[in-house]
Parts: sequence; structure tokens; C-alpha cells
Amino acid sequence: MTRPLSVLVVIPAWNEEASIADVVREVRRTLTDVDVLVVNDGSVDLTGVRAREAGAVVARLPYNLGVGGAMRLGFRYAVEHDYDAVVQIDADGQHDPAFVPQLLDKITAGADLVIGARFAGVGEYQARGPRRWAMTVLSIVLSRLSHTRLTDTTSGMRATSRPLVELFATHYPVEYLGDTVETLAMAARRGFRIEQVPVAMRERKTGKPSHTVGKATVYLGRALGVLVLALIRR
Amino acid sequence: MSRRLRQGTLRSSFRETSSRPYAGFLGVRSATVRLPITTIVFGILILGVIVELLRRRRLREKYAFIWLFTGFFVIVLAVFPGGLDRAAGYLGVASGVSLVLFLAVVFLLIIAIHLSWEVSQLEEETRSISEEIALLRLELERSRPDASAPREPTHDDPTDRSL
Repeated sequence: MTRPLSVLVVIPAWNEEASIADVVREVRRTLTDVDVLVVNDGSVDLTGVRAREAGAVVARLPYNLGVGGAMRLGFRYAVEHDYDAVVQIDADGQHDPAFVPQLLDKITAGADLVIGARFAGVGEYQARGPRRWAMTVLSIVLSRLSHTRLTDTTSGMRATSRPLVELFATHYPVEYLGDTVETLAMAARRGFRIEQVPVAMRERKTGKPSHTVGKATVYLGRALGVLVLALIRR
Repeated sequence: MSRRLRQGTLRSSFRETSSRPYAGFLGVRSATVRLPITTIVFGILILGVIVELLRRRRLREKYAFIWLFTGFFVIVLAVFPGGLDRAAGYLGVASGVSLVLFLAVVFLLIIAIHLSWEVSQLEEETRSISEEIALLRLELERSRPDASAPREPTHDDPTDRSL
């Protein structure tokens, strides 16, 4: 299927000098007709240099704003440069860009927000304990809200259609988990079409996932808090 | 000066001060006289600090009003302490002191909430500005290709975060 869409891949990166170049190169090799914007989120290492060397456009935030702020910048850039769709990919290499065309096909078919979802049959990513409960609760509530089955609401791999890009350029939630959970609630409550595509996640190239029970429990609490807030917010 | 006559001369009460820990300040022993003095001094101090901050343009006037009002309120309380007990009586509060404490807690709570709100507002504004700066810098680099090889911080100089 040919894509008439002009697509911007946004990669928020904070101190990812070890993996960012490979991620950018892989994206550009796999998806030949997209532009790549790396948002250097106040890194103190060579993330910006590595990304630029690998061929990405780099926007540098003066200090660390978190994924939310970095993505809002990406959406603003996309609006100003008139892209039809924005794809978000993590800088640590756990997302396989080979799945991006599937996400974009859904956008072409009329979806506004497409999630690349783990736990949806492809790949073998597993989570246990409180983290898993949090994910389950988030899935159930957000699936109901968006009238579609969502198995991985906290996935950082997603594609966004132009109308939603415009909304996100001004109203992207910048708080903890806002970039995943709250954006879903926002989009669903405003009647945007949300879909998911099963994807396989790779092991992160760098960095450690937080896997202690204590951290997972805190995560559960914060996730539920964010969810409740997202549901009652205007 | 019947009170002083009852307590003896100023001189003798000074002597008592040194020997008894809870004797009065500057020889004024009666609590009903000392309390208003303490309160008035505090009220004037608050007013003085606020006026000075305003004079030096360190405080926006929208915040100054509440503190000026607080200062006046404290002074009025000091001069007419009886009014407090009467107000407490109307509201069904046993004593004026309880009423003051209650009002003070509520007042400070509201101030704290207001300041949290202001801080959230300010953070959102600075975030938005930094995003705008990043976009502008990107456009600038593009429009001046000769200046497009920006310096990035290196491991040798981790404090240098300029481009």
C-alpha cells in the first residue's frame, strides 16, 4: 500500500547516547519516506550529537521536561511543518520500526490514535505483580472508554493522526504517565478513534526497567491516580 | 496610675523581674497590658515589611493586599481584644483565642493552596517557553547553515550546556 501521508517520527531522548544513533539509523533504513525528529530532552551526554550524526533533525530542550514536554514539542513541530501524522518511538531501542507501517495503515484507514501494543499476541513481554494489576485496570477502563480493546495502554509506541496532532500540540499532558494514560483518556473522551496493533518489543538496548515490588506498587498507585484524574478532568 | 501604685514603683518591679522568671517585660507585669503591646508590635512589623517590599518592587501588589490586610487585622485585634470574644460568642465558639487559631489555620491553608496553584501556572509557562525556544533554535540553525554545527556539551566539560 502506498502512503500519501507525510510522516514525522518523533523520538524523545534523555541521555541515550548509547542507543540513539542505532535507533535513528534503523528508523531511516526501515522507513525511507519519513522525517526523524529527535527531541533532546535536556541531555547532559552526547545524545544530540549522536542523533544529528545519524541523520536526524534534533531539537534541544534547555532542560529536562520529561516525555510529555518532549512530545508536545514534537507535535508543535509537526503542526508548524504540516505533517499528516506523527509516530512516537522510544530512544532505548525497544520498539521495532518494522511495525510502524502497520500503525500508519490504520491511520490511513481513519484511526486517530494507534497504539503499538505488547500482550496482544506477538512477542513475549511479560509483567508481574502490582505492575501487571495496574496495567490490567488501565486496560479495562480505557478499553471501555474508547470502545475498543486496548491491551497495552502504557506503550510508548504510537501513531497520531493530524487532527489529534493539532490537539496534542497545545494540550499534551506533561505529568507522570500523562503521555500514555491521560492522552488515551483525552482522545477517547473527545471522540477520536483509537485502535491498537500488536507489536513485539525487544529488550532495551540500554537502561534498566524498574522491576522491584516496591516500585511496582508505587507505580500502581500513581497509575490509578492519573487514571482517575484523567477521567474527571475537563 | 493606680496600677503602678498597686504594683509598687517601676524600680521595685524591675528588681522583681530579675529574681522571678515570669515577671513582666520592662516592668509591665499585667498580661492585659502586655498582650496588646506584643500584638501591635507584630502587626506594625508585618505592615513595615510589606510596605518595604512594595517600595523596592519585590512584591506584586496583588499579593501585598492580603498581607497588608492581615497586618491591619492584627493591630485592630490588639486594640480591641474584647471584640474577639464577642465575635466568638456569635459564632458559637467558646473563646476568642480558639476563633483566632481556627481562622489563622484556614487562612494559611487557603494561602498555601493559592501558592501551589500559582507555582503550577508558572511551571506550565516556563515549560511552554522552553519548548518554544527549542523550536526557535532549530529554525535558526536551519536558516543559518554555516552556524549549524552547534557545540554540544562534552564529557570533558559536563557543566557546559550551551550550544
